[in-house]
Formats: sequence, C-alpha cells, structure tokens
Amino acid sequence: MSGRHVCVLYGGRSLERDISMSTGRRVIRALESRGYRVTGIDVDESLVRRLLELRPDLVFIAMHGKGGEDGTVQELLEILGLPYTGSGVPASIQGMDKVLTKHLLLAEGIPTPPFHAFNDAAFRELGAKDTLSLIAEDLGLPVVVKPAAQGSAMGISFVVEAGELPRAMVSALSFDRKVLLEKFVRGRELAVSLLGDGGEARVLPIVEVIPSSGHTFYDFDSRYVAGETDFVVPADLAPGVAAEVERVSLATYRTLGCRGFGRVDMLLDDTDVPWVLELNTIPGLTETSTMPMAAEAAGLSFEDLVVQITESAWV
Amino acid sequence: MSTRRSDKYEGRYAARTKVMRSSAMRDLMSLADRREVISLAGGFPATDTFPKEVFDRINADISVTRRALSLQYGPTEGFDLLKDDIATVMAAEGTKVDPAHILITTGGQQAIDLVTKTFVDPGDVVLAEGPSYAGALTTFSSYQTTVLHVPMDASGLVVDELEALMDRLTAEGRRAKFLYIVPTFSNPGGTTLTLERRRRLVDLAAERELLIVEDNPYGILRYDGEPLPTLLSLDRDANVIYLGSFSKILSPGIRTGWIVAPPAILHKCVFGKQATDLCSSPLNQLFVHEFVAGGDWLDYVERLKILYRSRRDVLLGALAEEFPEGSTWTVPEGGFFVWATLPAPVHTGDLLVKAIEENVAFVRGDAFYMDGQGSSSMRLNFSGNAEERIQEGVRRLGAVIKDQIELYRALGL
Repeated sequence: MSGRHVCVLYGGRSLERDISMSTGRRVIRALESRGYRVTGIDVDESLVRRLLELRPDLVFIAMHGKGGEDGTVQELLEILGLPYTGSGVPASIQGMDKVLTKHLLLAEGIPTPPFHAFNDAAFRELGAKDTLSLIAEDLGLPVVVKPAAQGSAMGISFVVEAGELPRAMVSALSFDRKVLLEKFVRGRELAVSLLGDGGEARVLPIVEVIPSSGHTFYDFDSRYVAGETDFVVPADLAPGVAAEVERVSLATYRTLGCRGFGRVDMLLDDTDVPWVLELNTIPGLTETSTMPMAAEAAGLSFEDLVVQITESAWV
Repeated sequence: MSTRRSDKYEGRYAARTKVMRSSAMRDLMSLADRREVISLAGGFPATDTFPKEVFDRINADISVTRRALSLQYGPTEGFDLLKDDIATVMAAEGTKVDPAHILITTGGQQAIDLVTKTFVDPGDVVLAEGPSYAGALTTFSSYQTTVLHVPMDASGLVVDELEALMDRLTAEGRRAKFLYIVPTFSNPGGTTLTLERRRRLVDLAAERELLIVEDNPYGILRYDGEPLPTLLSLDRDANVIYLGSFSKILSPGIRTGWIVAPPAILHKCVFGKQATDLCSSPLNQLFVHEFVAGGDWLDYVERLKILYRSRRDVLLGALAEEFPEGSTWTVPEGGFFVWATLPAPVHTGDLLVKAIEENVAFVRGDAFYMDGQGSSSMRLNFSGNAEERIQEGVRRLGAVIKDQIELYRALGL
C-alpha cells in the first residue's frame, strides 16, 4: 500500500530499549523500501502530541517490554482511533504477564510448567519468605525464578538449592513487582512464530534454539549477540511431534486472543510434551531474532513479513 | 530440509574475542543516557565550561599558521612542541621529565593499550588495584591477561597485600608483568596512595624488579590537601611507566594522552603505535599545544577545580543525608569519583535496574573487578552534573536503596 503514512514506534524506556531500537530501525527500512511513507518515533512523553500532529494512517508498534508490549500504548492508540499492528489491549496485558498467561493456559488444558507466583507485597506484608522452602519441595529443584513481566531473559535465575531462592527473588523483584517460580523443564527450546488473527493464524516453521556451550540457558547474551546461539529452521522434529507443537502454539495464540503476529516459546521434553513458557505479543525482529528466520523458511523475506504485519492491521 | 543458522564467521574469530564483555550491562546503560535520567555513572568532565573565546582563538591560530601541518600525517612519537608542553604540565605537578622520553598517544586509553600490547602475552599475569579502572580491565582482557587484584583501603593500595601476592606468585613460579595503579584520586575508588606507601611501593619495585604502570589522569585536579609526588618522580631505578591524559583537564574529545617511559620501552611502544594508528591526530595535538603554550590551561584548571570541589561537596553532603545507616563511602581529595559501599546483602547490579526505573544511574561495583568482587559497591561521579542534579540524583538513589533493604529484610536476608 504505497504512499500510506506509517508511524513506527520504537525505543521507549523499557529495559528492552536497545532491542526495540534495532527492531524499529529494521522495520522502518523495510517499510520505506516498499514505498510507505514512514516516520520513526523514539517514544517519550511527547508521543501523543506527535501522533496528533502527524495523524498517520497506521502505527507500527516496534516496542518490547513495559509500556509498548503490555497494552499501554495499545490503549492510547485505541483512544486516538489509530489502527496499529499486533495484538489489542487484552491480549497485550495477558501476554506481558507470564503468570496470567499460565493461568489462562491451564484453564484450557495447555501444558505449562508447574509454578507459584508472588508479588513483593506478599514478602513485605505477609511473611511469604517462609513458604519458599515449601515451594522448593512442591515444585522440586531446580526452580527457575523470573520476573512476571520482563522479556529477553533479564532478571532470570536458575536455583539449584533452596537456600539460593531469596537472593534470586530479589534479582527478579528488581525487574518487576511480581515474580514467577517455575519448575525447570529440561528439554529442547522451540520458538514458534504465528502470523494472522486468533485461531485463523498461520503457524510459521518451528525454530529450535541451541545455546552454545557455556550458556546455562537461552540467556540475554546468547539471545542478542550473534554467534552465541545456533538456530535450526525448521526444527528437526518427527511429523507427529511437529504437528502437536503447532497445535499447542496455535491454541496458546488463540486462547490469549492474539492478533497480527506473535511468538510462543516452549520447551519440548524428552517425552515430546511441548511445555509453553510464554507468549510474546511483539516478538523481536532483529538480525538474530527467530521470527524473521521462521518467515524466511516459509518463503517470506523480511520486507514481506513486515508488510504482512502492517497490512493485517488495516482490517 | 532443516538448516542450521549460526554466526557464519564462528570458528574464525580470534580467541581474544571470547573474553569481550557482556552486552546486558551496555543495554542497561543505554537507558541511563536518556534525558530524564540523572546519570552519576559517566566519567564526564564539564566541557560546557570551556571558554568560547579560547576555543575560537586556538582554531583561528591553527588555521592561519599551521593549517597544512594540522591536516598532514605527523610523527608517530607526536610533535616535539607538544612534548615540551607536557613536560610543563607535569612540572606543575612536581614531576620533571625529559621530553625525549614522551610518546603522544590517542587518549590515555591508547597508552594503556600500547603498554599492555608491549608487555603482555596471553595468560600473563597483570596486577591491578581492586577496584580498578574498568577501561584498563577491558584492555587487559582483550589481551587475554590474567588480572589479579590487590586490595585497597582508605590510603590506597595496601602494599603489604601486594607483597604477599607477589610472594604467592613467586612460590607458584609465576611473575606479574606489571602493576597497574591510579595512585592519585583513583578511578573508581577516589582514594589517594599516601606518601609513605608511595615510597614503599617504589622501593618494593626496585627490590623485586616490579614494573609499575602509573596512570595519572586526575592528579592535577586536587581540591584539598597537599600535592604528593608521583611514583615516577620518586623512582630512582627506571621501574615506572607513567601515563598521562588531557581528557580531564582539557577535553576527552580531543583524544590526547601520553606515555613517559625509559627509551627501550618507549621504542617498543612507538612500534606498537605505528601499527595501530601511525600517529595521533596532528590537528588535535596542535589544539592542545596552543592551549598549553598559550598559557590558558592553568586558569582553566583552576576554574575546573572550583567547580568540581563544590560538586564533590554537594555529593558528599547528599550521601550523608540520603544513604542509609551502614553505608560507607570514600572522601576524595580530588578527581571525579566517590566509591560507596552499601550494607551487606545489597547487590548493586539488582539495585541499578530499580534505580534506572527511578531515573537515576550509577556504575555497579563489580564492573571494576575481574573476579566478581564489588557487588555491594557503586561508583558515583560528581564532575559531570550540576549541583541540583547531584542532590536530586542521590535523593532518588537513597530512596531506592532503602526500599531494597526493606525487601532483603522481608526475604530474611
């Protein structure tokens, strides 16, 4: 749709700012190369004023983490009556909150690792620290401690001994007021990208993520520094297993009511159960992100992918 | 058909690239650059105070009298006229040097790089203060150095500990290539090595043939107390390599530093520099020359000292008001930094995330060690922010720390 004016929102002040900058710049180049009129906005307090001045035809949200991926910007755009890419407000809120996501998945019978979750008030006001050893017993060690609302593996700890739990809680609570303690599932890491709306979405080829030796899990460095991680596209899976992974991914995407695009991260254990860890409503589109790789394996260039995401927002 | 995607150049990178540092910290620090964040993290001098008329006059002079020279290649060793100026600057700090023993470098950072390149093979041991300037640690690790830290106290490097460490190395049949030290207003510690320890250190170096790399970018920026002799000026046995810089007294953007070393060492450094950049920018060297030879520099430094002294006082006052009981910090007599240490369980890496949420930033203490020490400490800069911002930054930081301490308590830590 040449000539239409698209504002690309990127940057902002979430902890994933740099990744968002990188996604944003690539999206801008891709849209420009396809003839769109593009204005990039590094998001700050002038955002609403600028959008009112610019009055774009559409907004491409290339922000990750708090503010951009959690329903905040989406709500503003709803109020301003501007069409935007990706999921709407409820799906964004649910996707950003790993705890909420997991409750919704459990209700649908979608496998997600056993867990407990707290906000910091439970510790500050209700003495929750005394439950940590019970949690360790209940879930079994190792436990993965993560902030409920962060992307890109920041603030995540692997806890092998119950005594390490409090420290891990502090690290996770530095990133978010709510913390998730999740049973560690040993397995292959799969990233499944989806394009389209709800149950009608198209599942792109599954990507297997193989961290290089020396990294305990798919951590921040291996996720964003080229060469720290290998990717296999499409993942080498038996046809029945691949079909189950696709089914579970689509069910996850539909359950949260996602729109436009998204990515489901899961662990495939050695009995071939795909355990869903989280759903990203605005997956990274950097040089080393898995969604562009999956698109390419499906015959979609990066520009094609960006155009599809953009065009799906008109409807 | 499946394809395995990875970095196509993997397997071809040099081993030294493996040790380069994490991006997670860089990512956080990019948030600290945002306007609303009061950053006590950087090591920025107040270049906004540089007088416009001096800047204009220097540029006009170069344009009229040395235009062609400024645009041409220069000698690898640097211009002789600038070496004379450096001797003048060092004399003002009480150190006499022969200009022939000076090599001009592209910033003090290149001086560290050239010395390391000259002395260190992969696996070699380098001794450094703990905590130590993070930029030097980056250089050491890019040459695959094993860095061992020597503890410091309020009087600077603990020479007894250095001796014990050297004994241990000797017992293992190893020997350090050199000791890297910022003896005056250290970065990040803010501490200054006492005269007695300076003498002992230089004596120890003579007894044990220890090479000392004395990095002194801040020495002239003294706000209280009596100036102390540099290690170079105390040394009688050619064991000290001295590194200087115009970054803090003129401009870091001008990228001009220097090495003073015995001729044999200097010769090797010149060779190393030739391979790196042939020569430091003649235009920048001439700018520095005009600044020093024109006599403006002393006035400028005096003005900086007045500015930084009151900024330091504001920072120290704010710390006393806002930081919780059990916190400690250094009281620097000069330089740019205060090193603060928080009550035991607080991890400044975790704290930094919350601090940035509250629009204030610092450098986490473990960035100044190669071995994970320093996790309860932080480096705070006072040179780069106006007084009200320092005050407000520390107020925000104090609130974040108190909240974090409450959380530790709630978790039984």
